[in-house]
Amino acid sequence: MTKRPDGLGADVAPSVAWYNDPTKRGYLFQALTLAAVIVVAWTIVHNTAVNLERRHIAQGFGFLSTTAGFDLAQESISFPKDASYGRALVVGLVNTVIVAVAGIFFATVFGFLVGVGRLSHNFVISRLCTGYVELLRNIPLLLQIFFWYFAVLGVLPSPRQSLQPIPGWVFVNNRGLYLPEFHFGSFAGWGVVGGLIVALVVSWAIRRWARARQMATGQQFPAGWVTLGLVVGLPLALFAISGFDLSLVAPKKSTFNLSGGIQIIPELIALVLALATYTASFIAEVVRAGILAVSHGQTEAARSLGLSHGQNLRLVVIPQAMRVIIPPLTNQYLNLTKNSSLAVAIAYPDLVSVGGIVLNQSGQAIEVIVIWMAIYLGTSVTTAMIMNVYNRRMAIVER
Amino acid sequence: MSDVTASAAFVRPTLAEPRDPPKSFVGPFAWARAHLFGSIFDALLTAFGLFLLGWIAWTVLDFALFRAVWSAKDGETCRAEGVGACWPYVEAYWKQFVYGRYPAEERWRPTLVFAIFAATLIPLAMPKVPYKRANVIAFLVGMPIASYFLLTGGVFGLEPVETTLWGGLLVTLIVSVVGIVCSLPLGILLALGRRSKLPIIKMLCIVTIEFWRGVPLITVLFMASNMLPLFMPEGMEVDKLLRALIGVAIFTSAYLAETIRGGLQAIPKGQYEGAMALGLGYWQMMGLIVMPQALKLVIPGIVNSFISLFKDTTLVLIVSIFDLLGMIQASLADPVWISPVTGKTGYLVAAVTFWVFCFGMSRYSQWMERRLATGHKR
Repeated sequence: MTKRPDGLGADVAPSVAWYNDPTKRGYLFQALTLAAVIVVAWTIVHNTAVNLERRHIAQGFGFLSTTAGFDLAQESISFPKDASYGRALVVGLVNTVIVAVAGIFFATVFGFLVGVGRLSHNFVISRLCTGYVELLRNIPLLLQIFFWYFAVLGVLPSPRQSLQPIPGWVFVNNRGLYLPEFHFGSFAGWGVVGGLIVALVVSWAIRRWARARQMATGQQFPAGWVTLGLVVGLPLALFAISGFDLSLVAPKKSTFNLSGGIQIIPELIALVLALATYTASFIAEVVRAGILAVSHGQTEAARSLGLSHGQNLRLVVIPQAMRVIIPPLTNQYLNLTKNSSLAVAIAYPDLVSVGGIVLNQSGQAIEVIVIWMAIYLGTSVTTAMIMNVYNRRMAIVER
Repeated sequence: MSDVTASAAFVRPTLAEPRDPPKSFVGPFAWARAHLFGSIFDALLTAFGLFLLGWIAWTVLDFALFRAVWSAKDGETCRAEGVGACWPYVEAYWKQFVYGRYPAEERWRPTLVFAIFAATLIPLAMPKVPYKRANVIAFLVGMPIASYFLLTGGVFGLEPVETTLWGGLLVTLIVSVVGIVCSLPLGILLALGRRSKLPIIKMLCIVTIEFWRGVPLITVLFMASNMLPLFMPEGMEVDKLLRALIGVAIFTSAYLAETIRGGLQAIPKGQYEGAMALGLGYWQMMGLIVMPQALKLVIPGIVNSFISLFKDTTLVLIVSIFDLLGMIQASLADPVWISPVTGKTGYLVAAVTFWVFCFGMSRYSQWMERRLATGHKR
């Protein structure tokens, strides 16, 4: 053992037994854990293989091309009689996306309204919003779906006695909501869509230019009004040029049912209503917390700079609140998407519900569950990655 | 100069009497002006809000009280036009809502389990009651074992009762309590693993947590009920309720792990260093120094997890286990009581029950949060 020059003890650590060395112990524990995981995984795979063998269930995804032979209550993309299980699952996925997008839209609008309402100076409104949040988020979602589906929509009149909010055009009955169908002429249709896209691109460019000019010269440009004018005006102008080439096809009453028009099935309405109102109660809390997180000094500073109340909200409070709001908001969107799987309880043909039918008919439990998990997990992981990038960009740059 | 001073020199010998603030700033009238009728828009909002509130209150009261049917032998009276809640249906069914299809003469057993549950949980929830350690052991070890033997029977001369007969509030409580009790240790291990410095363990824990958090509970329940039997060696049967319990426990542990990780991250580094300087090993450091502080911090988070678990137990009805909502849903198919209002009545009962439990727990969690908001916040 070499001595230190000043003669104070050894400069080489005293030798330790290998099992007391943290590094070596770490390797040992990791090896043991890994071995345990492998043994468990292998046992499961082995047992499953044996069990499947015994039940004569074929493995693999070959069953996806087998003819499904069932109908779906909502066929968002064509689902012919001889379509395969794979096609059925795709229809289910499209239906899930429809519910998720509609739910997210309404939940966001409603959640922001309620969240801002809770902070209102108006006593009645703030109490009403508080009551809404406390009521809705403490009742199970499934119960709310049942309530809307069985207790509200289920007791609507039959198609013959349909309610008609807009007589002759809109019908409500226990088979759903019937809306008139829009048929654009081909030029009108493309004109409206194309005009909208062009308007959005042009207004984006104008906003960039206006911001750059304001930074350079301080002169302001009413970009908001120009955007509004373009987005509304351009499609409208093209639509007018086409000679208002639009025909409305109203639902027609026949003896027992309604035909024509767009039918929105009650399952979809109940599901979207329940998901949107339930998630809105959580979004409201997120929004409230976000706004409260912006310190009052920011508002005071903005007012002393001469910004109006509206400008203060738009330019100072909301951009800072959004930094706090967006990550938990994305979480709520993910929750809503995952909760849309409750569709199975009222037989709305979403991914899980269709998968359940496929699972029961084909017996391919593992494959179906793997497909479900892969899709939901893929959505979650992708969103999480996008959020990480967003957070890194939005993080406050500190000295 | 001097005469100006002399003529203007007026010094009040006494203090002025304090005057009341202007009428427009105090009192109910001013309050109403500030909080209800600040502007025309505000006044309109107030009117709208009051209208909405009145309409909701009237609809609920009208349905639940004024137009309600209070006594009837069967659903005939409830099927009449324009009646409200059908309370006789609830009276006929409430025991099933609580106990499910548990045999009538054995219902004292679930009642006793409810009593033991309350007797161990309530003192645990009150910070002032002493003997917390004994209490925790009674709640986490004694209560589950006693409940298991009481409910399944087959020992001490108790009649065996199949789990397929269990249902109602009993199953709701069993699934949520077992879910939280079993997932707590699992969640602690996962949280520790995620913060571990050993790369393989850390990665395994991250993958496990993110996997279970990324999929909906329904698919987990489907997985538990369809795939678990396939995973077992030949000839080994897993009870249906137990399958759901395993699924729920694993699912919850992933969420709890994230909650607990939050608590672990809030413990200052000095605590770890202090423990190491005292010569404590990893498990001693975690068990004696870090975990007690971290768990104390995350009690509100754990209660919140429990609330969402409590609400999520309703999903077990999809794998045909009849919890409270499942029992109510099943009872609605009974032709004796079928009527347009039976469903609404049943859902009202379910909603009130769940709301009381969840709201109570969330209030408790907020109160706990305020009580515990000491120490680390400086």
